[in-house]
Amino acid sequence: MTEDASRMGIATWDLGITCGNDTSVQVDRGEPKQRKARQSTAAMVRVWNGEGLVGITSTNDLSSPGLTSALAGAQQASAFGDAQSPPRLSPQARDPLTPLHQPRRPTLPMQTLLERLLDAERQVLNSHPAISTVPYNGLAQARRERLYINSAGALRRQSTTSATLWLYPRAEEAGRKPRSAGAVRLATGVDALDLEGCIAEATERTISHLDYAPIDTGVYTVCFSPEAFLDLLWAFGSMVNAQAVLDGVSLSQRSSLGTQVASPLLTVADDARHPGHVAAPEFDGEGTPTRRLPLIEGGRLRHFLHSEGTARAFADGSVATGHANLGAKVTLSPQWLDVEGQRGDSSLSCESGSGVVLIDSLSALHAGVKASQGSFSLPFDGWLLSGGERRSIEAATVAGDIRSTLQHIVACEGNPQCTPSGRSPHVWVEGLTITGEA
Amino acid sequence: MPSLCLDPPAPSRLDRLDQRWRPGLEELLAAGMAAGADLVEIFVERNDQLSVLAEQERITSVSPVMGCGAGIRVFKGNCDGFAATNDLSGPALMTALEQALGMLGLCRNTSASGWQGLAALRDYGSGKEQWLKVCPTVPDSAERLREATAALERHGRHLQARQASYARDWQEVLVAASDGTFARDLRLHQTTGLTLLAADGDHRATISRRDGRADDPHFLAGWPVEDVAVSACRSAGTMLYADVVKAGDYPVVLANRFGGVIFHEACGHLLETTQVERGSTPFADNIGQTIAHPAVTAIDEGLSSNSFGSMAMDDEGMAPQRTVLIQDGVLQRFLSDRAGEMRTGHPRTGSGRRQNHGFPAASRMRNTFIAPGPHKPEELVGSIDHGLYCKQMGGGSVGPTGQFNFAVEEAYWIENGCLREDKPVKGATLIGDAVTVLPRISMCADDNALAAGFCGSVSGSVYVTVGQPHIKVDRITVGGR
Repeated sequence: MTEDASRMGIATWDLGITCGNDTSVQVDRGEPKQRKARQSTAAMVRVWNGEGLVGITSTNDLSSPGLTSALAGAQQASAFGDAQSPPRLSPQARDPLTPLHQPRRPTLPMQTLLERLLDAERQVLNSHPAISTVPYNGLAQARRERLYINSAGALRRQSTTSATLWLYPRAEEAGRKPRSAGAVRLATGVDALDLEGCIAEATERTISHLDYAPIDTGVYTVCFSPEAFLDLLWAFGSMVNAQAVLDGVSLSQRSSLGTQVASPLLTVADDARHPGHVAAPEFDGEGTPTRRLPLIEGGRLRHFLHSEGTARAFADGSVATGHANLGAKVTLSPQWLDVEGQRGDSSLSCESGSGVVLIDSLSALHAGVKASQGSFSLPFDGWLLSGGERRSIEAATVAGDIRSTLQHIVACEGNPQCTPSGRSPHVWVEGLTITGEA
Repeated sequence: MPSLCLDPPAPSRLDRLDQRWRPGLEELLAAGMAAGADLVEIFVERNDQLSVLAEQERITSVSPVMGCGAGIRVFKGNCDGFAATNDLSGPALMTALEQALGMLGLCRNTSASGWQGLAALRDYGSGKEQWLKVCPTVPDSAERLREATAALERHGRHLQARQASYARDWQEVLVAASDGTFARDLRLHQTTGLTLLAADGDHRATISRRDGRADDPHFLAGWPVEDVAVSACRSAGTMLYADVVKAGDYPVVLANRFGGVIFHEACGHLLETTQVERGSTPFADNIGQTIAHPAVTAIDEGLSSNSFGSMAMDDEGMAPQRTVLIQDGVLQRFLSDRAGEMRTGHPRTGSGRRQNHGFPAASRMRNTFIAPGPHKPEELVGSIDHGLYCKQMGGGSVGPTGQFNFAVEEAYWIENGCLREDKPVKGATLIGDAVTVLPRISMCADDNALAAGFCGSVSGSVYVTVGQPHIKVDRITVGGR
């Protein structure tokens, strides 16, 4: 790479590579259904030309000719680089890196995966007579290698392993609508997966929705499950994204730092390196080390996610935060959100609430969230609480404005629970509109 | 062990996929059949993609992507094993085959398979060889996108952000299977997009317009930039101050073009054999039965010239068909692929599709639309006392129980049979389930129109067209505030 770059007169470049080996199985009512394996590679080359403009090319051909071709392609593309805000190599790409020491688990034979998934499916099917299929199921394991190098001598490398189990049973009783819910578990390897927990959760959730009733349309106090609240925060991630601020598509502005954007009960950090984050990255796409970054403290906006380029553009002492994705235009995204809330109104409880709605999971976030407008209108699975008793809601949507929603958090209940996308307690919000299907 | 013919020289990403692959592919297929497979299928592809983004007056991203790879699928009984690789060398492909065989408990051996070999190559790619060369260059596309953002600036008010995008996806595929299938195709999909954010105090509106076309290298040159910009800016001006829709149950009229997403989500997915296999469609045993209002005839096809979901062959090498799904409310057919036919008995319809070599094909929609009816759009509106006119639809999804949802980007109240363009509303989400809603589609207008879109499902994201005339749904739940 270095020789090729030198031969082409390229003084500044960087390269990100990801290699993966994935295997997965799927079963159907006691029989193996599909087994899949995938070997994949992906590389992205960035080249700076003599005028400091950047071009990129992506390829999955990691052979020497393939990378040479990508280098040449990126050099050609640099003629069209953005002159106004070209990125630079991250000055932190050579900073010392604290390894995460995540365990790397062995890849298990596919037959073992099948046996475990068949057993999990059998347990789910046997758990209740109304459950006759688990239409969405799978057990997958992956090995990943990431590499980042640049012409300034940076060299980052990380290997991870991960495994995922998902079980989504479908239950149906005579004369009633079919119901479905599910559970997902993530771990560093198949042997570390909480299979029993996943089976129990998928089963309990599905059964809990069998006895359903419509809900009256109206304004309710709502309790978001950790997964649901994290989904909502992720969907509005542009609120803390410095690139979105610069692009004018964020609900926040530079001047929003320090302002009260949420209830004082809410504290949110992004923590890629949290022990609960499976296969956590040690560095981002620009080679910048990942770290814990406070975003909202006591309801006040404290920091934005930054790339090298946004930190430079802000010119306020900001530095890259380890959230950048390599690209012709560098983008930013959260890594793993860590929500810590204060208790607030202690009368609100999932165990004793009445006339309140407990949202278990949100759907269709890709369609129902308008991140730049702040609005959301989302279908959900959940329960109406009455004297602490839960009754499943037949079909409904929840709608609101994220700014108002965050300001109207009235309680955070329970210890934060780890999920694949972060950690959160149950979060209570008052004044959200629920539309029930008549 | 037989040696592979593919090596040397190993094919590279730059090599054309054609007859030269026959010996190597036949060797792989013969090895798979000798190992005891019922059927072996190999999908090879190489692609060349480009995306360009303009923001305000600047080109902020030019992103070329080059790739290649192969997916090998082995069937035995009702099971299949699938292995994918980026490496197109002979040894790597043989390793992938062995991996797929091993998933089914099969081992490569030295015995002869008696397999008859591939049929003559059906080359759907001939005549398309120049497409990539005549596609817009980066400077051409950049110029067009700057025109688009400038048009937004000219026609819009309170604009805070303007974006225009162009994406080109060129793909060469070769499909070989032990049933003799040997077919090649070249595909070209291009999309354009306009997005703007208007803001005035606390009022905000995001408006998007997207278009797409298959197999037309000159698509970008024909993009009606000015018209699209005017339309987007007009919508932004209207929606910026629109009220949020009041939640409830209403009769609705869904506009043509992208309104077809309701049928795509509410019913189309449930007519794919992947759903029959899973037991997650309520229509599995309803062939020949009435599942929709008699006003509804629905079709899925892959034949319409330049439509986004059209193709000369599907990703299993089969020529596409015109498949009537529902005729006058009666269920006629399911969309089926190779695995679907094997597992459910529904004949293949040329609907086996995948995003790329990393996914096994699955039964997927192509160009899916509700057929036109006898009415004028005004008659639909005129039949409603108090309801909603949904002019622009957003995305949607369907869950494992058939519960669907989709977002409405731009809507207006209908009062006393009149469309109230002075009463725009935003923030609506329509929810329901197919069994309930299909019988409520009671009127279809005569103005069928299609729109390009993307559909994500088990075999990745594929290009599709949705479409319909204006339709009336007698009652549906509208989520709002």
